[in-house]
This record gives sequence, structure tokens and C-alpha cells, in this order.
Amino acid sequence: MLDDRVPCGYLSTTPDGVLVRVNATFLAWTGHRREDLVGRRRFVDLLPVGGRIYHETHYAPALRLQGTAREIALEVVCADGRRLPVLVNSVLERDADGTPRLIRTAVFDATERRRYEQEMLAATRRAEASEARAVELAQTLQQTLIPPTPPQVPGLDVAAAYRPAGDGRHVGGDFYDVFQVATDDWVVVLGDVQGKGVEAAVVTALARHTVRAAAVDHDAPRQVLHTLDQVLRGAATDRFCTAVLARLRRTDGTWRASVACAGHPLPLLRPSAGHPAPVGRHGPLLGVFPQPVFSDTEVTLAPGDTLVLFTDGVTEGRHRRGELYGNDRLAAVVAEHRGPAADVTDAILADVLRYQSGDARDDIAVVTVAVL
Amino acid sequence: MTVVDRHDIRVSGVPGAQPIVFAHGFGCDQHMWRHVAPRFEDAFTVVTFDHVGAGGSDLAAYDPVRYGTLDGYAQDVLEIVRKLDLRDVVLVGHSVSAMIGVLAVAAEPDRFDKLVLVGPSPRYLDDDGYTGGFTRADVAELLESLDSNYLGWSSAMAPVIMGNVDRPELGAELTASFCRTDPDIARRFARVTFLSDNRADLARVPVPTLVLQCTDDVIAPVAVGQYVRDAIPGARMVLLDATGHCPNLSAPEATTAAIAGFVRAGHP
Repeated sequence: MLDDRVPCGYLSTTPDGVLVRVNATFLAWTGHRREDLVGRRRFVDLLPVGGRIYHETHYAPALRLQGTAREIALEVVCADGRRLPVLVNSVLERDADGTPRLIRTAVFDATERRRYEQEMLAATRRAEASEARAVELAQTLQQTLIPPTPPQVPGLDVAAAYRPAGDGRHVGGDFYDVFQVATDDWVVVLGDVQGKGVEAAVVTALARHTVRAAAVDHDAPRQVLHTLDQVLRGAATDRFCTAVLARLRRTDGTWRASVACAGHPLPLLRPSAGHPAPVGRHGPLLGVFPQPVFSDTEVTLAPGDTLVLFTDGVTEGRHRRGELYGNDRLAAVVAEHRGPAADVTDAILADVLRYQSGDARDDIAVVTVAVL
Repeated sequence: MTVVDRHDIRVSGVPGAQPIVFAHGFGCDQHMWRHVAPRFEDAFTVVTFDHVGAGGSDLAAYDPVRYGTLDGYAQDVLEIVRKLDLRDVVLVGHSVSAMIGVLAVAAEPDRFDKLVLVGPSPRYLDDDGYTGGFTRADVAELLESLDSNYLGWSSAMAPVIMGNVDRPELGAELTASFCRTDPDIARRFARVTFLSDNRADLARVPVPTLVLQCTDDVIAPVAVGQYVRDAIPGARMVLLDATGHCPNLSAPEATTAAIAGFVRAGHP
């Protein structure tokens, strides 16, 4: 018969799956004998358990529903127990009155294809594992760049928030640090290294440690920024950096802040009664210019005064229509929230995220310092 | 994420009438009931839903610990019933959801009026003096096949149901979601399903119970259906003249009639 010579397996079954006809190719592939199959076994009986469940829940319903099922990947259990990977096409034939009459099934040997799929699957798994390691590494690295919680500072209420752009798979370029130099003498620094990823993280780590070391030797924030600038220009990187640095000292019960800026948005100072206003003077980027000049701005802080340092991920957050979040919106949120530093910080983060419909394209960092 | 969204719960039928809740089995979703559930809309509040990991459920809600046993799934059924404030519930569970139903009813019997088990199996593995129909090697192979060959269970599964211009009732929504299963969750669910042993729980079912058994079921043989009938106090069994494990699809008329005969007593 023609059936027997075609280079694919061919079966026909009753609508219930009982084998009616089996061609020689199928028998040769599987080692089954015709007399063991025809009238005795159903097609589903030739499948291993996984295939049987798939047959029951997908293959048979699809066939009943639409009359055909195509390219179904299955394994057939051979007479010697071996599994033959196959691809199967079936059609359901109906009588004139629509009653199912016969299922015709073509079976294609898919051994090579299955091997190829297994290789692809293994490659996919390796890639996924590698990606997972990279994400873990990025997150670990990120944690070393951002203090988990700001320190407790006597007389000050300090809160910080950091949210990397995107899905957290990449190390962001924003950083901040709050550390003590001496009794009643603290440094708050917040910066933004150009770019993202491991190379940016190296520069971020360098910047953070340089500020810590320089703050011991230099009282004035501008001097600390100057040292940082020199270190960055001497380092083997093309990346530049922006930063704002505030040194907070308490003498005779009164806090004074000295603020210096390098290519960074000016922090907002909100007096206990009054509207927020930028504090400090703009300065050049770090790591770029040969003779940068930075300057300090001194302010006296009264109880209730609040200083907010932030990265451009806040003010340059973009609305769906492209409009920037901007200084005015930030100032409005700061003006409105007069609670603890954590509340002010959370309100800013929430507002800027909402503005961007929750999809921040840039890192966001905020440090809020309120005088108690 | 509410319980309703988590399970893509759909409610139809007569508001305030006795509720009938349909729970789908392994490798399926609530579409499995599409030929049966609507037939009860004339006199019941009809509820269908997807287990977490299947169909339109919220995949993010999948918790490997919670769903590491069938009890987690039974808790979901109870949460659904409580959330919709259903009482006097008829619970219809297919395949693994039969045992999920047993656990739910045993845990909170006051909520339930009747239990229908379609193709139930309290233990798929053969055991001393018990025939579940699956050897250890079968189950090991099943789990291995899900593990190593999820191409067959994911990408190749999706196009099984294709759009068909000749059959407009196969709407885009159905073709897009028919028994869509997250492969990773399917793998875990298979492990839970095929390694569970709920034989001891059957005696804890205190409500009238109907076992619907197909004559020729490759997943849950007749002997297993009989075992379930005998182990649940007062349970009855109807043998459906249907092949396969999914009479809700292959023999919806007979399935509907058997369920109706059991649950419509006292209904118009």
C-alpha cells in the first residue's frame, strides 16, 4: 500500500483513539507489531505519562474543537521502551451529519529536532543563570554604594531614598553618603556619576571613598570637591560626576551648614516658616575641567529648617508627554510636607514616580536633613 | 491584587441563587468548563476561576511555599468562597481539583452543600494493595519530561488551539488563553499533583458527594474512582460512557446531565 511506503508514520484511529490502521514506517520506527496495536491499543496508550496528560488536556480537545491539531511535540514509547521524539499532525473526519468518524494522524520523526531543542534549552538555561548572577552582582555592588539606612545624627533628623532606574538589573550612577567627621560635625554628600553599570560603579566607589578621606583633611566642602575633582581627573576613566556636599556643624546648640556644588542641582532649603529656596552656588562638573573653581555657601539652620539634596533623576523626571518634573513641582512637595524627614523624602519619591507613571528612566536619590 | 483578580474569577447565572463553583485540573484553566458551566446559569450562581499559574491568573501571586502542597490551592478555593460570600456551595472539581475540593470541604464543611469529583484520584502512584495507575518510573518520567522538555509544554502548547474563521465561537480570547500554563509553575504543580497522597482525607468529607468517572480514563482509572466512592461516606458514582480524562470537554452533555441529576434536586 502507498501508506506503507511514505517516509512518515501514518495512523488512523476511531474517534476514541483506538488504532484502526498503522503503516509500516511507524511499525519500523517503533518496533511494535501491527497485531499488537490494531484494534487493541489507543494512540494515547503509546505515549508516556507526560504525553498522555498533554494528549488529554490539549491535543484531544483541540482536535475536537477545530478538527485539526498540528505540529504537536510528543514522544512515542517504542516496543523496547525507547522513546521516539515525534511531531504529530492530526485531522478529525466527520460524517455528513457531523458525527466524528475517524482521526487520521501523520507522525514525523523529530529526533534531531528534539536534540537541537534540548541544546537551545540548555543554552537558554545557561544564559538565564548567567543573567541571574549578573543581577545579583549588580545588586550586591549597589548595596555597597548606598548606605542601607542613614546614620542616627544627634540633633538632626536624616532620611534618604534611592531608586535605581528600570528593573534593578543594572547598577545606577547615583550615590549618597552621610558620615561623621567629629562630634557635631557631619558630612552629607550626594552625587551622580555619568552612565551606569560596572564602570560607573567603580567611579562611584572612588568618589565616595575620596569624599570620606578628603573630609578629614579639609573643612570646606569646596576643598573636598576640589580633591575629588583631582582624583577623578587622575583616574583612568572618562566618566565625569556631579555632586553636592553639605557640611553640618553644631556650635553652641546651633547648626550651620556649608554647601558646595559641582555640576549638580542646588539643594532646597525650607525654613521652618517659609517657602523652599535653592541654597548654594552652581559649580563646574567634576573630572572635566583643568582649573575648576568651587565655592561654599554658609547658612544657619534653625529648628524645623529642612535641607533637601537630590539628583537630577527627580527634577528631570519626564511625563509621558515629555514635560519635565522640574524645580517648581519639587518645591511644592517640599513646601507641603512638614513632617519628619522620612515623610518629606517619601513624598518626593512618590510624587516624582507618579509623575512618570511609575516608570523612572533615571536613578532617583534624595537625602533630607531636618533640624530637630 | 484582589482574590478576584488573582484567580480571574468569573461569576454568571442567577444572583443570590445557590452557588456552583467549578475548579479546573492540572494543565487546564477555567475554559475547560465552557461547555458545562453555562448549563447551570438558569438556576445557580455560577463561578469559574483559574488556579494561580493557569489561564488568566496572576502569575506574580505564585508562592512556591504556599503552593507546595494541595492545601495551598484548597485555601485559595476557601478564600474565593469567602470573598464572594458564598454559602451552601456546590463545588465541582476536575482532576487534581477533585482532591483540592476534598481538602477545602473538609476544612470548612459549613460552607458547602455538595461535592462533585470529576475524574478524581487521591493517589496517582501505585502503592501496597493500591492501584493508582502510575508507577514511580511513570511519575519520574513525567516530572523529568516537564523539566527537560518544556518546549513541548510551553511554546508548542500555545498554538494547539488556533484561530479558526469557520468557528467564530472560538473567540480571540479563547485562542489566546486556552489552557495557558506557566511552564515553571506547571512543573511544580505536576510535582505536587502526582506525588500527593490524599487517601486519608477522603473520610473527612461530610457532604453528599458524587464521583464522575469515565469508562476509559488514562489518568484516573475506574478502580481509582471506585476507591474514592468507597472511601467517602455515602458517596455515589456515575460511570460516564466517555473516553479520556476530560469528560467536561469530550462528553459535556453526559457530564452536565450527571451533575444536574445530583445537584438539581430541590431546584426548579
